[in-house]
Amino acid sequence: MNRGDALPANFDIPVRVTEEFTGNVTPLLHEVRHALGALLDKGEQTIIDLRSMPLAPGEEAHIETALGQGEVRVELNALGRSDIIETQYPGVWLITHSNTDGTILGKYIEIALIPDILQAQEGDIQAGLEQLGDTLKTTSTENDNGTS
Amino acid sequence: MEPVKSPMDLNPAVKSTGAQGETVGEALRRQGISRRGFLKFCATTASLMALPPTMIPRIAEALENARRPSVIWLSFQECTGCTESLTRSHAPTIEGLIFDAISLDYHHTLQAAAGDAAEAAREEAMKENYGNYVLVVDGSIPLGNPGYSTIAGVSNEDMLKEAAAGAAAIIAVGSCSAFGGLPNADPNPTGAVSVQEIITDKPVVNVPGCPPIPVVITGVLAHFLTFGGLPELDQLGRPVAFYGQSIHDRCYRRPFYDKGLFAETFDDEGARKGWCLYKLGCKGPTTYNACAVTKWNDGTSFPIEAGHPCLGCSEPKFWDAGGFYEALSTPTTDIARTAVYAVAAGAAAGVAAGALNKANKKRALSEHQTTTLDDLSPGT
Amino acid sequence: MTATEWLLWARGPAFEIATVILVMGIIVRLIEILMLGRKENLAAPKGSATTGGLRTIVSRSVPDSGTFQRSTFTIVAGYIFHIGLFVVIFLLAPHILVFSKLTGLSWPALPTTIVDAFAVITILALIAVLINRLNNKVKRYLSGPMDYIVWALTTLPLITGYMAFHRIGFSGPMLIALHIMSVELLMIAIPFTKLSHAFTLFLARFYNGAVTGIKGVQS
Repeated sequence: MNRGDALPANFDIPVRVTEEFTGNVTPLLHEVRHALGALLDKGEQTIIDLRSMPLAPGEEAHIETALGQGEVRVELNALGRSDIIETQYPGVWLITHSNTDGTILGKYIEIALIPDILQAQEGDIQAGLEQLGDTLKTTSTENDNGTS
Repeated sequence: MEPVKSPMDLNPAVKSTGAQGETVGEALRRQGISRRGFLKFCATTASLMALPPTMIPRIAEALENARRPSVIWLSFQECTGCTESLTRSHAPTIEGLIFDAISLDYHHTLQAAAGDAAEAAREEAMKENYGNYVLVVDGSIPLGNPGYSTIAGVSNEDMLKEAAAGAAAIIAVGSCSAFGGLPNADPNPTGAVSVQEIITDKPVVNVPGCPPIPVVITGVLAHFLTFGGLPELDQLGRPVAFYGQSIHDRCYRRPFYDKGLFAETFDDEGARKGWCLYKLGCKGPTTYNACAVTKWNDGTSFPIEAGHPCLGCSEPKFWDAGGFYEALSTPTTDIARTAVYAVAAGAAAGVAAGALNKANKKRALSEHQTTTLDDLSPGT
Repeated sequence: MTATEWLLWARGPAFEIATVILVMGIIVRLIEILMLGRKENLAAPKGSATTGGLRTIVSRSVPDSGTFQRSTFTIVAGYIFHIGLFVVIFLLAPHILVFSKLTGLSWPALPTTIVDAFAVITILALIAVLINRLNNKVKRYLSGPMDYIVWALTTLPLITGYMAFHRIGFSGPMLIALHIMSVELLMIAIPFTKLSHAFTLFLARFYNGAVTGIKGVQS
């Protein structure tokens, strides 16, 4: 049974979010703006860990709304799903790491030309190269067998 | 062991020979985790250790080469809540992966072996990794009578001392092992004490909480795993990264405290509007923990967010720190009764003193002698 | 002792001790004063003692213009810190909870930010009166060590309270422990020092007023 099923359908936890609580949202957006400037001027990359600051219920959503959605949307499948979304401000990426159950493990704002995790990794390329080599070797052996 | 304070102190080579000398990177790849997955793991590990994301490459490098440390977990006077906290998180979380990245050689609740086989496993792990294993302890140790808590006929105190002797690091998980916890609460019938009251020649990392936040437990393990040392600790031996700020200072309801808007009961208008829970006994101002940031149940919320005041479970003596629902500013004793007695005693003493004053005055009056002219004339 | 142990001591045994000394001390003092009694007045009363007493409580609290002009600073600063102390002690929510536990009575609090402002003004006023006391030859001559001790005992809880609210300098438990202990020092000192005027002032004014009132004279 789902945890939610234990509660009656009309059950409403009577806590309303009436206003912005912590005041962390605006300073965070300023931080993003500075980081974006640094990326343009000095090529400096910045990652902000959204889960490292106390946010009131609803504030995380508020940040996401403020950043909006841009042109790129990538879904990554490694150790569970990750969503990498370019926000309406090019160079500002919102990265959400989830595990295989879909539980969110971490949320980050990355200010970069392209987020590190999207680039193919050396170790994986090496492994892929070997695998491709093996495949080609097998195919050519098969072909050789077929013609003779 | 020196606390790790800067990336320069990094020592990725944990000298454990546990788990066939496999490195953490190898262990993760063996589980089919790609480099991207590994990066993701490192990013969330950085969050876990409350380190800035700029540390991710360093963590990746260190973890790649770190040997899987052998971990021996001893449970004394405890309720298994700490282990539950760690293992009941949804799999495979990062906590789970960290757990996989260590070699848990003894944990009598989790391991399959029992009885002599289990104890043999512990002794073997201790012998094989002497001087290098991580000792995790949950539960307090009874000094009143060793019979209150024994494992395979060995008293908790003896087992702790024996295991601590060969440990590279000791982590006291939960308020019981860190500060004595519930067993230590007044009147402390078993004479329960914390780990650091017995082990005084080695640094003990305290990870208090009832239970501790799972990511904090694994965060400390991750730190040892990554940097091969202990994190920076506060005066009570708690990792500063997690216990550096109070619940109050990071509470999203703090603005209501500052404005003086308080919930008076659990169902009034203030409670519904999410106002500050100070008057309902919140111990946030005196409690240091990461709940307000890491939150519980896979980051869903934390007690204050659910409308309940903080109990202060990660602080020493939290069971004896006045009622859970008594405001922090109020006296912990029945002060009204004391005041009534004081009024009565004061009244009695006051009347007695007043009567004495009157008697003195009367006596002074009766002994009063009139000065005559003779007294004043010189030469008499 | 750890910060938590200090806090538990401050909220428990120390508060009991301070309350017993304060309550007993003040009650003994008041009863002693009341039991001094008055000589029987054989003259026919020309006015009401009660009305006279009550009137003087008010009239002595309002400075006449001559006095005000002569000691403007003393009166203004004195009023500021007395009103400030009243607001800070009785209108801060956490403090009301203490009185409520002691007496069962409760009343509305002022917003914390306002009380905070009062605390700052009160501390400044207390510093100003100290400087004035040190700079004024007559006041300095009249002041004994106890006057300075009493000043410190009054100011300390304000400073520790300000630190506790803004969380400056110590850990959370230690800040609250220090604040409560500084208040306990003040509580213990009240019955034995000039600070007991908090409990005897209006009694004394009433007495003065009653004496003149019965003679049909306004004071």
